[in-house]
Amino acid sequence: MSTPKMLSIWFFVGLMLTILGALILAMGIYYAFVPQTRTVLAHLNPSLWWGAIMLVAGLLFLVPSWIQHNK
Amino acid sequence: MSVIQLSWIDWSIIALYFVFVLGIGVYLKKFTGTGEDYFLAGRKNSAWVAGLAFLSANLGALEILGWTGGTMKYGMFVSHFYWVGAIPAMLFLGLYMMPFYYSSKIHSVPGYLKLRFDERSRLLNAFSFAIMTLLMSGINLYLMALVLRTILGWDWQLSMWVSAAAVGGYIMLGGLMSAIFTEIVQFFLIWFGLFLVAILGTIEMGGIDQVLSGLPPAMSKLWSTAADPSLNAMGVTWIGIVIGLGWVLSFGYWTTDFLVVQRAFSSKDLRSARMTPIIASFFKMALPFIIVVAGLVAWRLTQMAGANFQLLPHPVTGEPWNDTALPLLIARYYPQGLVGLGITALLAGFMAGQAGNVSAFNTVWTYDIYRVLIKKDATDAHLVWVGRVTTLVGILLSVATAYLAMQFNTIMDYIQAIFSWVNAPLFATMLLGMFWKRTSPTAAFWGLILGMVTSFTIFLGFKMDFWSTDVAKLITFSAAPSDMARNMWQAAWAWTVCLVATVGISFVTKPKPEAELVGLVKGFTKIEDQGKIIWYKKPQVIAIFAAVVFVLLNVYFW
Repeated sequence: MSTPKMLSIWFFVGLMLTILGALILAMGIYYAFVPQTRTVLAHLNPSLWWGAIMLVAGLLFLVPSWIQHNK
Repeated sequence: MSVIQLSWIDWSIIALYFVFVLGIGVYLKKFTGTGEDYFLAGRKNSAWVAGLAFLSANLGALEILGWTGGTMKYGMFVSHFYWVGAIPAMLFLGLYMMPFYYSSKIHSVPGYLKLRFDERSRLLNAFSFAIMTLLMSGINLYLMALVLRTILGWDWQLSMWVSAAAVGGYIMLGGLMSAIFTEIVQFFLIWFGLFLVAILGTIEMGGIDQVLSGLPPAMSKLWSTAADPSLNAMGVTWIGIVIGLGWVLSFGYWTTDFLVVQRAFSSKDLRSARMTPIIASFFKMALPFIIVVAGLVAWRLTQMAGANFQLLPHPVTGEPWNDTALPLLIARYYPQGLVGLGITALLAGFMAGQAGNVSAFNTVWTYDIYRVLIKKDATDAHLVWVGRVTTLVGILLSVATAYLAMQFNTIMDYIQAIFSWVNAPLFATMLLGMFWKRTSPTAAFWGLILGMVTSFTIFLGFKMDFWSTDVAKLITFSAAPSDMARNMWQAAWAWTVCLVATVGISFVTKPKPEAELVGLVKGFTKIEDQGKIIWYKKPQVIAIFAAVVFVLLNVYFW
């Protein structure tokens, strides 16, 4: 039996960042409607833009590595 | 009451991370059948994979929390540990030492000592490295548990056992490949989880210029306050920084410590192995933008009336505890969700460091101790089995060390000093071994012993207040050296004694025949042809670029 082709590490990096980015972005969207005031600089809503950055970075790793794996 | 209250979303993120790293271990198990797979990740990693893992293995509790806290004490001088205290050594490793390491196809650094010298040096280094690694791993674990208890109110025993079990689990399953895969995921988590702290801190201060301008000169400069120990917060001169840190401690760690070097051994070819520390050097240079900036912001906040920022007391000493600075900043800036990411990043740092220690320990134990002293005819499959068992034993010993550190807090000072007992003399031995064919096996062994004894004696002398002021000044060139300055000079003396002794003894003992030096010593090693590589992809060119960035950073923050 031959060993299956191993997924690239970049796939795992992409998957992790995509999932976490999506969760944090979702929190940011929630805070955009229900602002939180507990933290310093809460008005900047860091969850929104940081979550978006993580999501984009995650997809940039995830999609190419998935395409490469299935070639 | 804990400082940070976690919500369901934060817990979900932390749980997801644990499931993810264990899942990687389970997934990789089927790809790790041979010893080469298990201990060297099949020698098929690209330079980027090995490079990021190289850096990630160096991260740990002491690194992230310790140096953010250290910045509150020493200011910008902490950057020296990331720049002059790392970059020249990393580039030197990639350009000049890696060809000897990689070409000899060894499994470990003690393995090189066996080929270049003899079994005595290999066993001496293997045992001292194994002990050092386990102790460091235990300390990391203890610090992590202490911080989590202080910040989050977690039961320290539970957090220690859970994280140790997770690390043990994925390394037992997938060996070095698992460690490397998770280290890279952890690398990204650390950056995404903690860089935002520095960004938000800088925004609150009104920009990086505002952060720096609010500092006293002793904390805000890199070199211009290094002429006199009384001018800087570290109490050290530029000579101490350059020789003690930049030369001995740094080269000793980055070029000989198997914990990091092992990642380069997993590369698919010589070029990738050489590129490993060179790629890592760029990210190492960038780390102060998280760690030092966060530490400076924390210091500024403690000085600002009305900032409502106060370090927590140390659970043992009751003094303000600098290591709590970073978690307190997370609590200050991160709302729910991001807090989970920040805590996950800290956990990732702890676990990456511990995984590095454990995977290096299992290789050295299996190949350099077990196979040499216990079962010389062990099959490959048997060695993989031993590696898995050793991982479990290593994890248990780490936990035992953590308990020991909790019972006897001062043991931490001893353990942290081990770096200069083991690595500083070893660097002299390696340097001579690789670049001077006359270095004899007997000289290497006794040089190492004398270097280690020198370092230990200096350390004990300070610890027991045995040295008079005059002797202390003779050793450290300072009337009131900080612990850091003592550590640097202790390493420098250990290196010097080892070097001088090894050279001296080499002249009166028999060197190895030249035929046995092929692939191990400069002049007897044919560097593998790298094929046609575009000029800008050559290790030498990229190393020059890294060196330029290094110089610019030092000049800018002079």
